[in-house]
Amino acid sequence: MAQKTLLNQRDCAVTISRLCHQINEVHVPWDRTVLVGLQPRGAKLLKALVAQLEAEFATGPVANGLLDITFHRDDFRRREEPLAASPTEMNVLIEGKRVIIIDDVLYTGRSVRAALDALGDFGRPERVELCVLIDRRFSRELPIQPDYSGRRVDALNHERVRLNWNGSTLESVLLESPEYAPER
Amino acid sequence: MPQNAKLQSRHLLGLQHVPAEDIQLILHWAGHFKEVINRPIKRVPSLRDLTVANLFFENSTRTRLSFELAEKRLSADVVNFSASTSSVKKGETLNDTVSNILAMKVDLVVIRHSEAGVAHFLADRVPAHIVNAGDGTHEHPTQALLDAFTMQERIGSLEGKKVVIVGDILHSRVALSNIFGLQKLGVHVAVSGPSTLIPRAISELGVEVIDHLDDALEWADVANVLRVQHERMDRAFFPSIREYHKRYGITMERLNRLKQVPLILHPGPINRGVELTSEVADSPYAAILNQVENGVAVRMAVLYLLASQSAPQNVV
Repeated sequence: MAQKTLLNQRDCAVTISRLCHQINEVHVPWDRTVLVGLQPRGAKLLKALVAQLEAEFATGPVANGLLDITFHRDDFRRREEPLAASPTEMNVLIEGKRVIIIDDVLYTGRSVRAALDALGDFGRPERVELCVLIDRRFSRELPIQPDYSGRRVDALNHERVRLNWNGSTLESVLLESPEYAPER
Repeated sequence: MPQNAKLQSRHLLGLQHVPAEDIQLILHWAGHFKEVINRPIKRVPSLRDLTVANLFFENSTRTRLSFELAEKRLSADVVNFSASTSSVKKGETLNDTVSNILAMKVDLVVIRHSEAGVAHFLADRVPAHIVNAGDGTHEHPTQALLDAFTMQERIGSLEGKKVVIVGDILHSRVALSNIFGLQKLGVHVAVSGPSTLIPRAISELGVEVIDHLDDALEWADVANVLRVQHERMDRAFFPSIREYHKRYGITMERLNRLKQVPLILHPGPINRGVELTSEVADSPYAAILNQVENGVAVRMAVLYLLASQSAPQNVV
């Protein structure tokens, strides 16, 4: 299997830092903004963003929560097996707030659609934005685009984007391509 | 814990033949649904394109409400049917009633009936997923699952724990499902009650019989106290209600004499002052209202897992 490094450790730190700057620019003062990470893979990015925002931007405590979208997915009963669910930890009210959905990779857009649906269980936000680390830009199946994106990637459908976390530090982002055998 | 596994059967007819992993799977998912029903908006769209028929050929309040709530919280379309208001009174056979309902394109059927084996009968004949909500004195699997879920929530893992089922074992489908289910989870199960209400062959299931209630309560981590089912008693099984209460009723005085008080469960409805005094039923030892809440979560898990087995195009 071929592997290509999309972001090395330095790129990762720079990218997350840039996302923090961009978000802060729009959301300062931080009294009406809630960051919502999508379970399971958006959780670590959420934690990294919140930690950096609180440490470097004098935001005060950033309201945040984790949302599990399993029960809102549109591929239920269209898969072989039921999907595994993760806990939802939404201890914040999003009624009238500005919500930023945080996820690691934006691919077809179906997770984000399900997340918009699931968010409705916790109130009506004033507006919702989307922040992703990796945007696989030519793979969308729904009209959904990110407001903040770390890196745009052109990946084929059989390829996978993998994030390597070491504790709370993002070490690298890889593009994995299984052997591709062209038809003769 | 195999989080991604499927249930092995298309139906939930009883716990006797359900493997331990499937029971664990249902309890695991029930945890997720418990979180869902404690949200401000308690509804998820998972069963949006499915129709569930609740066929209650025997009276029930809480089981029917619990199933109905579980179905609605999963966004299924629900049709209700109860024998007292239907064509069963006009002489229609079970098979005809069911064919008619299935002609209405129902995906899941929840059925309660006063005869044992009706759920199995349907499972062999109709293409929908069948959930047994109690068949005669045979099984009531979702009740046993919610009992196990409640025990797990209150006392942790059930492996090696001791549970005594108290009272009318003979007429109880809850007792039988509890025995099958709990034993698969590694629980030591015993029964205690008037000898006339304990089936003679019970020891063949590996269940101990403890004659004296005090000994049983001292032994157990959990006491699942059953309702005295007057409606199923065609003759006198014990001399009087007072006598029953004296020997097998759980009172505060009895509990105060114990070194450690077990968790008290009751499937409801309670005959207050017969199996349990009001004082015990309303005490912190009892988890009766937890059972009611968990019932919805466990039934959501069962319906969700069964529904996830069939792709839309295969559903009849």
